[in-house]
Amino acid sequence: MRRSWRVHIAMIATFAAALAPAAAQDKPRYGGELLFAVPSEPPSYDAHREETFGVMHPMAPHYNTLLRVDPTDKTGTKPVGDLAESWTAAKDGRTYTFKLRRGVKFHDGSEMTSKDVKASYDKIIFPTAGVASDRQGQYVAVEAVQAPDPYTVVFRLKWPSASFLASVASPWNWIYKADILAKDMRWYETNVMGTGPFLFVEHQKGSHWVGKKNPNYWDKGKPYLDSYRAIFIKDSAAQVAAVRAERAHIQFRGFSPAERDSLVAALGPKITVQESPWDCALLVAINHEKKPFDDKRVRRALTLALDRYQGSQALSKIAVVKEVAGVQVPGTPYATPPAELEKLAGYGRDIVKARAESKRLLKEAGVPDGFSFTFKNRGIPHPYEPIAIWLVDQWRQIGLNVKIETIEASAYHPMLKRGDFEVAMDFQCGFIVEPDLDLVRFVTTSDANYGKHKDKVIDELYQKQARAIDVEDRKKLVRALEKRLLDEEAHVIWTLQWHRIIPHSVKVKGWTITPSHYLNNQLDTVWLTE
Amino acid sequence: MWKYLLKRFLLMFPTLVGVAVVTFFLIRVIPGDVVELRLAGDRGSASQAAIDAERVRFGLDQPVWKQFATWMVGVARLDFGTSMWTGSPIWDEIKLRFALSLQVAIMATLVAVVLAVPLGLLAALRQDSWIDYAVRIFSIAGLACPSFWLGILMILTFLIVFKWLPPMVYTPFWVNPWQNLQQLIWPALAVGYRYSAVATRMTRSAMLEVLREDYVRTARAKGLVQRLILVRHALKNAMLPVLTVIALEFAFLIGGLVVTEQVFNLNGIGLLFVQAVAHRDYTLIQALVMLVAGIFIFVNFAMDIMYAWLDPRIRYR
Repeated sequence: MRRSWRVHIAMIATFAAALAPAAAQDKPRYGGELLFAVPSEPPSYDAHREETFGVMHPMAPHYNTLLRVDPTDKTGTKPVGDLAESWTAAKDGRTYTFKLRRGVKFHDGSEMTSKDVKASYDKIIFPTAGVASDRQGQYVAVEAVQAPDPYTVVFRLKWPSASFLASVASPWNWIYKADILAKDMRWYETNVMGTGPFLFVEHQKGSHWVGKKNPNYWDKGKPYLDSYRAIFIKDSAAQVAAVRAERAHIQFRGFSPAERDSLVAALGPKITVQESPWDCALLVAINHEKKPFDDKRVRRALTLALDRYQGSQALSKIAVVKEVAGVQVPGTPYATPPAELEKLAGYGRDIVKARAESKRLLKEAGVPDGFSFTFKNRGIPHPYEPIAIWLVDQWRQIGLNVKIETIEASAYHPMLKRGDFEVAMDFQCGFIVEPDLDLVRFVTTSDANYGKHKDKVIDELYQKQARAIDVEDRKKLVRALEKRLLDEEAHVIWTLQWHRIIPHSVKVKGWTITPSHYLNNQLDTVWLTE
Repeated sequence: MWKYLLKRFLLMFPTLVGVAVVTFFLIRVIPGDVVELRLAGDRGSASQAAIDAERVRFGLDQPVWKQFATWMVGVARLDFGTSMWTGSPIWDEIKLRFALSLQVAIMATLVAVVLAVPLGLLAALRQDSWIDYAVRIFSIAGLACPSFWLGILMILTFLIVFKWLPPMVYTPFWVNPWQNLQQLIWPALAVGYRYSAVATRMTRSAMLEVLREDYVRTARAKGLVQRLILVRHALKNAMLPVLTVIALEFAFLIGGLVVTEQVFNLNGIGLLFVQAVAHRDYTLIQALVMLVAGIFIFVNFAMDIMYAWLDPRIRYR
């Protein structure tokens, strides 16, 4: 369908605005209330144990982390100091020393010191019995966290870890007050008290969350906003209506291409659009314990059958997917360049040749006439449904007869864990594009190795890249792992990278899109033009 | 009379216990796991150690009979426990949503009664006249168009024509009545219209039946004025089926407006119910089913009292 002239004019206006002199954007204005829609809601208030953006979007403005991802970095991969003013790494890469900012106050007026950082990280890395820490596994390299003086924190590692700083920049690692944790490890599940740029005002369950400016914020001059109000809106049509009627300035997770176009058409110059590859991907898990999927020729045939470039072109018009990618988000430091990616099975430009190779492999594997199987899909419409339909269509073209079975979202993860599938949709979203965090699920012993492959080569490559300090060496190891995972063994199939689309009111300034919807939610840099 | 009421009142309890037993076991038959769903989140995986710790916390590691016994002891003390999704007390999850749903139900009922009783009466009195046809068209249209569809039309009209949208954040009536009404009047109208259509048709047919009864003819023969015949003799008797419809619809509205709540972004019991099922939040589902069942049972009890008042013959049966 052709876009209307209004969409084109609005897009040109958006582009022109992006090219306009930065000076106008460089003078933040104080005041105002930012209104934003949140499609989910915090289960508990403790980010150390939760795994939904429903926690991050309304609550991140109340907290700080030791490091954070640079809010102006579009790749979302560059750690900068938040509560840490500076840091150094020992030559052997096993000791990191962080110097904390002085004069940082919790919202109750008490001073934040290294004791609080240590207590928070101890809760995340070494939780006491009965305390859930969802990301404990990301810190297996950490041996101890020490607080030698009130403004110094030392992390001692068991081995050098290439991803350590990225892990410390996790937006989930909010710094809590040690005295509170000492009294009650669960206090933060139902209460809010951090050092962040906004003070907690109220949470009306199912309705909204309100924060107001912290006048004693340590970063003098910030935040710019007087307050913010996060409105919980589950239905995407209602979210679009909210932005369209200016009941919300922005929704930080993302809209679909059709929703973007409808907002641009309706609001014209009043709206601007930021887009980025999204650090989320749908993968295809192939059960290695079920025949004929134990045969790598069959698995390779499945990936070779996919015309990813044509799929990207068609699907990006209707779903939040776009980029053809390997195991790293395109445009980020460890992503495979397109020319090299095209050499992997299923990533070539010549689809006729690839499908002929598919059929040859199936013949060689003893299934020359194809076979039937069930593809289990997660019961969430976007983008699972269109991707599943696309996959089935692609596989049909090499003679496979595939039936889609949709499993309700709440029953989906247990189904994957039980291995109760032949081929199924798998998914992952990350807070930062970092090989260590993104690839750990493909290690043989991982809880998320749903296809149950056993591959010592991948395990070794993972270990080596995790400890490689030199970036170029690490890139080579990541590429080798990618080739083995997606091509030689085809343990899993990478579909298309998600694509994040944020149309927002032009009044909102100081916010930069990144590949992760978990990042850039502190709102300290955000301001409103009126 | 008191014996009749006491009997009706005592009958409420076995019904509630039955609902509790069926709900508890049925929800556990459905596949899905609240702990895995929450911990896996967007990342798509969760460690077994974290999952096990959470299961222990919510008592999900215990045998089902033990979980049931613990829950029933809590229910007997009106303690429904904590939500497995949020960890907050169940009442904290429900109270604000219940206030909203109750208000919408009351407002929609008012809209329905104000429309249905006079229109139904008028249609019955002027049977087969143009007034009757107009009322019938109005009520059939109400039955034919779902309230959520009417809601979507309202929202689109506001957005496209008036560039306006009702407030998306719920403000309790006692905090800011104007803001509250700005948000809730529209769903109340959308739901109330469909609701009134059912009641209008019921009022019309009940009135037509009653107006043909011997006692109405006798009243007319005695020379009683039309207004008294209608109010004292006809309407009171015709109201029995109408009240039943109104009461059952009212109870339904508390938890049954899922799509309408979604359209208007209302933070009501219906949506909470759907979310609780999607999250497999057992404790919240159980509490909500008990709440809705309790409302139905209570409304039925109130109707029994009303029947006894409207028709004295009932209490002597």
